[in-house]
Amino acid sequence: MTNPRIVVVSAGLGEPSSTKLLADRLRDATLTALTAHGQHADVVDVTLRPLAQDIASHMLTHNPTDALAAAIKEVIDAEAIIAVTPTFNMSYSGLFKSFFDCVEEGQLASIPTALGATGGTARHSMVMDTAMRPMFAYLKAQVAPTGVFAAAEDWGSASGLDRRIAREGQELADLMVAMPRRREADPFDTEGDAFVSFEQMLGHA
Amino acid sequence: MSSMQFGIFSVSDITQDPTTGKTPSEHERIKGWIAMAKKAEEVGLDVFATGEHHNPPFFSSSPTTTLGYIAAQTERLILSTATTLITTNDPVKIAEDFAMLQHLSDGRADLTLGRGNTGPVYPWFGKDIRDGIELAIENYALLHKLWHEPVVNWQGKHRTPLTGFTSTPAPLDGVAPFVWHGSIRSPQIAEQAAYYGDGFFHNNIFWNKEHTERMVRLYRSRFAHYGHGEPEQAIVGLGGQVFMKSTEREAKERFRPFFDVAPVYGHGPSLEDFTEMTPLTVGTPEQVIERTLSFRDYAGDYQRQLFLVDHAGLPLEEVLEQIEILGTEVVPVLRREFDRVRADGVPDAPTHAARVAAAREAGTQMGEQGNAWQEGARTDLDAALDTGAAIARQAGE
Repeated sequence: MTNPRIVVVSAGLGEPSSTKLLADRLRDATLTALTAHGQHADVVDVTLRPLAQDIASHMLTHNPTDALAAAIKEVIDAEAIIAVTPTFNMSYSGLFKSFFDCVEEGQLASIPTALGATGGTARHSMVMDTAMRPMFAYLKAQVAPTGVFAAAEDWGSASGLDRRIAREGQELADLMVAMPRRREADPFDTEGDAFVSFEQMLGHA
Repeated sequence: MSSMQFGIFSVSDITQDPTTGKTPSEHERIKGWIAMAKKAEEVGLDVFATGEHHNPPFFSSSPTTTLGYIAAQTERLILSTATTLITTNDPVKIAEDFAMLQHLSDGRADLTLGRGNTGPVYPWFGKDIRDGIELAIENYALLHKLWHEPVVNWQGKHRTPLTGFTSTPAPLDGVAPFVWHGSIRSPQIAEQAAYYGDGFFHNNIFWNKEHTERMVRLYRSRFAHYGHGEPEQAIVGLGGQVFMKSTEREAKERFRPFFDVAPVYGHGPSLEDFTEMTPLTVGTPEQVIERTLSFRDYAGDYQRQLFLVDHAGLPLEEVLEQIEILGTEVVPVLRREFDRVRADGVPDAPTHAARVAAAREAGTQMGEQGNAWQEGARTDLDAALDTGAAIARQAGE
């Protein structure tokens, strides 16, 4: 049996990126907590910066490049997502939003998800509850109760960042074990539950 | 005509020519369309198909008027649509308009039904976009009935009921115009086409081929499921978009300025990337032939191939040249090559004459020039009015 896959989506623009740093810490915390459950997971990184042009083209034409199609497939086929964005003007970055705009309705339903955001100061921390949670609620993901916001100062002080990261990793691992995602049926699979036959459309079945 | 039909279809956009800054008037574009259709017939293409839009910068609001005018000036060309809005048009009016076109063109008319892609058209025509699929299903059920039963009693959710209604004129020779159903990615529409044993058309432009492949595969398997034949016997049409010059370099140089600012894909991916991602082919006639033949790899043997050639502000002379190249250099080779590899038992593209012959054989023809239809109508009408009266009584009227 193959291990469940956790896809880590990070929308950081710098190199090195504190957004990627936070994403990696959340990943490690989740893997540690999974080990306590006696489970393992494979991890796939989806870094959005190299996909920025492809995402813009997709927005204009609905056609994904091979690289973007592969990234979208990783995310929608995953068993869990860790999604981390920098905070721009009180919200997730446009790149982060535009990537998730490539995902169609229902494709992330019920997927265990951990959210994270970075920003210059703690005053931006509301991004978690005003922007990120509403979007993932719309996508019908199962979002962990804790969302870690890391301000620049958090990386240099005993602000409890480690504790918050560990708690969110624990929550994501718990969700993966106790409430794993249910796959949406394929509407093109004529044997599947999502297929609608013509008799059903006519109201005869 | 060979076992496949080849032709052109148009989005009907009025777009500035970015190389000259000139924007054609509606009148120029409409007259240009007629020139395109006549050129298509002249160089041996089989089909001219118009889109339907109800908002600028498009001008194709009135398909049967346009196609009727073209029918009067051509002799062999099949007049079709891509698409006719089954959601917001009254199915009764579609039945009447296209039956009239069928008579005037001596059977050279068919049509492709689609839901349209412009949200506000629904409210403009008094419909709700959330009912899109339901409207497509219900309205076509009525249209189908109007073309196959002389007297129709009907009640649905989205239109006023009909009691004792006869659509006129009856279909020519008692055989309805052939219907294609078009959709990019809604499995319900592939299912609908399969249920009726109608054709399925995928526009196959602007989108990656995976959509086409998935829809055609579903349609073929359900066509067989509903007992219309083997999956390979389903009737499939595809679009495609091309621009040709004698060298690839010349074609790209000439087309690139149009591509780069085009309404659908402009300011997005490069011409090279978009060519990779979608069936768009910009190059030599040989490259177009090779690419088009490859559609068979994911769609199977198919019956109709339409090319988009008049998009994104290309001037009329350029468009006519493209049609000329299609007719003289591309399509003759495609006919030969597709026929060479075509599997046994794959049906020919639908024509009125062949459909009349088949209906005679099967005993499903409604009547010669509609006469028997009308005789049938008189007897059925009495029964229908009785039924209508019974419904009225039941409803307590």
